Amino acid sequence: MPNMRATRNEMPVQDPNVRNKNFKEVALGYTEEQAIDEAQRCLNCKNKPCVTGCPVQIDIPAFIAEVAKGDFAAAYKVITKSSSLPAVCGRVCPQENQCEGKCVRGIKGEAVAIGRLERFVADWHNAQPEAPVEKPASNGHKAAIIGSGPSGLACAGDLIKKGYDVTVFEALHVAGGVLSYGIPEFRLPKDIVQKEIEGLKALGVNVETNTVVGRTVSIDELMKEEGFETVFIGSGAGLPRFMKIPGENLSGVYSANEFLTRINLMKAYKEDSSTPVQHGKKAVIVGGGNVAMDAARCAKRLGADVTIVYRRTETELPARAEEVEHAKEEGIVFRFLTNPVEIKSDDKGWVKSVVCQEMELSEPDASGRAKPVPKEGAFVEIEADCVIMSIGTSPNPLIKATTDGLDTQKWGGIIADDNGLTSKEGVYAGGDAVTGAATVILAMGAGKKAAAAMDEYMQNK
Amino acid sequence: MFEILEKRSLNPTVTLMKIAAPKVAKKAEPGQFIILRTDENGERIPLTIADFDRSAGTVTIIFQIVGATTEKLNHLNEGECLHDFVGPLGRATETEGLKKVAVVGGGVGCAIAYPVAKKLHSLGVEVHSIVGFRNKDLVILEDEFKAASSKFVLMSDDGTAGEKGLVTDALKKLIESGEKYDRVITIGPLIMMKFVCQLTKQYEIPTVASMNPIMIDGTGMCGGCRLTVGGETKFACVDGPEFDGHLIDFDEAMARGAMYKPFERKAHEETCNLFKEVK
Ligand SMILES: Cc1cc2nc3c(=O)[nH]c(=O)nc-3n(C[C@H](O)[C@H](O)[C@H](O)COP(=O)(O)OP(=O)(O)OC[C@H]3O[C@@H](n4cnc5c(N)ncnc54)[C@H](O)[C@@H]3O)c2cc1C
Ligand SMILES: Cc1cc2nc3c(=O)[nH]c(=O)nc-3n(C[C@H](O)[C@H](O)[C@H](O)COP(=O)(O)OP(=O)(O)OC[C@H]3O[C@@H](n4cnc5c(N)ncnc54)[C@H](O)[C@@H]3O)c2cc1C
Ligand code: SF4
Ligand code: SF4
Ligand code: FES
Repeated sequence: MPNMRATRNEMPVQDPNVRNKNFKEVALGYTEEQAIDEAQRCLNCKNKPCVTGCPVQIDIPAFIAEVAKGDFAAAYKVITKSSSLPAVCGRVCPQENQCEGKCVRGIKGEAVAIGRLERFVADWHNAQPEAPVEKPASNGHKAAIIGSGPSGLACAGDLIKKGYDVTVFEALHVAGGVLSYGIPEFRLPKDIVQKEIEGLKALGVNVETNTVVGRTVSIDELMKEEGFETVFIGSGAGLPRFMKIPGENLSGVYSANEFLTRINLMKAYKEDSSTPVQHGKKAVIVGGGNVAMDAARCAKRLGADVTIVYRRTETELPARAEEVEHAKEEGIVFRFLTNPVEIKSDDKGWVKSVVCQEMELSEPDASGRAKPVPKEGAFVEIEADCVIMSIGTSPNPLIKATTDGLDTQKWGGIIADDNGLTSKEGVYAGGDAVTGAATVILAMGAGKKAAAAMDEYMQNK
Repeated sequence: MFEILEKRSLNPTVTLMKIAAPKVAKKAEPGQFIILRTDENGERIPLTIADFDRSAGTVTIIFQIVGATTEKLNHLNEGECLHDFVGPLGRATETEGLKKVAVVGGGVGCAIAYPVAKKLHSLGVEVHSIVGFRNKDLVILEDEFKAASSKFVLMSDDGTAGEKGLVTDALKKLIESGEKYDRVITIGPLIMMKFVCQLTKQYEIPTVASMNPIMIDGTGMCGGCRLTVGGETKFACVDGPEFDGHLIDFDEAMARGAMYKPFERKAHEETCNLFKEVK
């Protein structure tokens, strides 16, 4: 008999006023009892609506049924048939719009906490003693992966298991992509990411950090001189956008990427780090996505009073619901319908304040979406010594500029078909490099799809 | 890991190192740079590729000891390794169509200017090198510059080496004496480059300045290295490091360069103390 309680099991978390001063993980994870109890809320629906909401179609009722029985190893097996990064996706998927958004229990109460259960199963698995890995037998074909974010890691994982000789080239000194340099420790502990990468290395994946494809080596050289038969481009969308407003280059103004890279990749939040980061007193974050929430919560943890300014309203915030809720609990102030128009400086070239235009929502247009429009003559000036721009990123043009015959969209996205094949023979692409900034699960799914297509291509060559 | 094959002190605060980095050496061009970390918890710092040898697989860097990381770097010896070394980054110096060029270097900027002068010289371009230092103890690469230039002018602030005065004085004198340059290439402290550019603007000589803002990734991801050039935001690590000197907002670059001064001073003192304790 399923448990018909309308509410899900609460996620144990660090107290907001404690956690907003440290970088340890906020959500602590379910206990076995909580997980089993939550799993028993699942109705095991025949038509599996939740699965249609999952971009990689994890067999959700099947894994949850195993959790309900207490067979976590079996649950893990079910999940990893479709996903290669469950410990990550269970933590960072926007579940409310995906699997949980489709769950029937959500109609009269709260959806089954699918993401939390997925995280529980993955963490349970990671805590077990490691089984000795067997390296797959080599089939003699070579594949190169550019970028070690979720798309690249997923692609590498699937190819290595099929016996390919796989090398991942990463520009930075650490692998993981956004999982390493962007998403903060308190939301996604770096140990988890490194464990995934160590797992791939144990299977035989070569990871070459400090290699900027397009500078250190080109795609054409990889294919013509180094014998890679296929290449997967998973280079992400790392180029930060700015608003092009006066004062954006003042000292104290960061792109979210810079601020987060200093903190996550370079560990600037630690006392003994050799990389500096500003510990602002009053920080203003511009934007409303996950990136803005992460930047805001990092600035808070470094001791600032933090305000997020967003030009639309709370309902349009693109960030995961849980992150918005956590940010509020941690004391971050939101100013909606507010859009920066100028950043002012003191006499030393440091940020002093942000001048914002107040906005209002227009009548919904043909697409049904209300656009924010300026409210005539209404401005506010917000005091700040640190401003972090989180208004989006686009694909880095370096690979396009250095690869013959690789077509891209006007805005920079690499053009690829459903299997990830680009305009260049043997070259595949996926993740944010193709779609623009999206999600971990979509990037991972794209990497897996491309791996299947690359396998077929190399087998039939 | 990247082994230090050779280490040489050029003056009390400037050191040359030859690093084993075959992948970087294979693609390096003058004007490009690398980013290194000395150790696992080190900062990423950019340094220009001062020279390279493709067949030996080596890259030469020349650095001035200014802060914590360059201090740590200077404490490493031949046979030891750098933790990370990535490159070549940035765009190579454009040399096409040039016949006569003045290369104006200041201080350790001369280490960045030298490979450019050498490349131009090897292409048959007439090179006039004007280099300035605070005093004679700080002079570096004098013989190398002489070998790569048809005219070499050495300046010092206090007159202990070459002529007394600023590089702008020397450049002005040459221009006034009728030397016609297709281009001036200037590399050195921001304030020096600012005045070189002001001078060449008066004479309408196209001028390129090599910018060295604070960098982290060096791939166009963080935006920390951004500059305003001709009213537009540019990323020095991918769009540069060389830009049209007449369009650069030098004052903004100077303000941004000072962003971490207090932190840097403290970090340097701590590093120095650390090495004192070790000794
Ligand atoms: C701060 C932040 C928070 C986020 N939060 C969430 C979240 O909560 N949930 C969610 O689902 N998504 C989130 N996202 C989005 C998600 O992280 C991305 O969609 C996802 O990481 C994209 O994966 P990817 O593999 O395409 O690229 P990336 O993760 O961007 O990895 C690309 C890698 O390629 C490397 N690279 C780039 N160019 C080169 C080159 N020329 N040569 C070699 N290497 C190169 C880069 O250094 C990088 O390591 C967030 C993103 C950010 C920035
Ligand atoms: C493209 C480029 C090429 C360069 N080439 C050379 C070179 O060939 N030889 C040389 O001696 N120096 C060069 N520099 C400058 C060199 O990177 C800095 O001196 C070095 O980073 C100082 O580090 P530190 O920790 O010892 O000093 P710190 O105490 O940290 O800083 C001292 C000064 O160095 C600059 N600086 C600090 N951190 C960085 C950083 N991450 N990136 C850039 N600048 C920084 C700042 O202006 C600072 O005021 C170059 C810089 C750039 C951007
Ligand atoms: S991968 Fe994401 S969308 Fe799919 S079931 Fe897990 S949390 Fe839900
Ligand atoms: S929709 Fe909800 S209740 Fe139904 S199977 Fe999926 S998770 Fe279980
Ligand atoms: S150093 Fe990060 S964008 Fe240039």
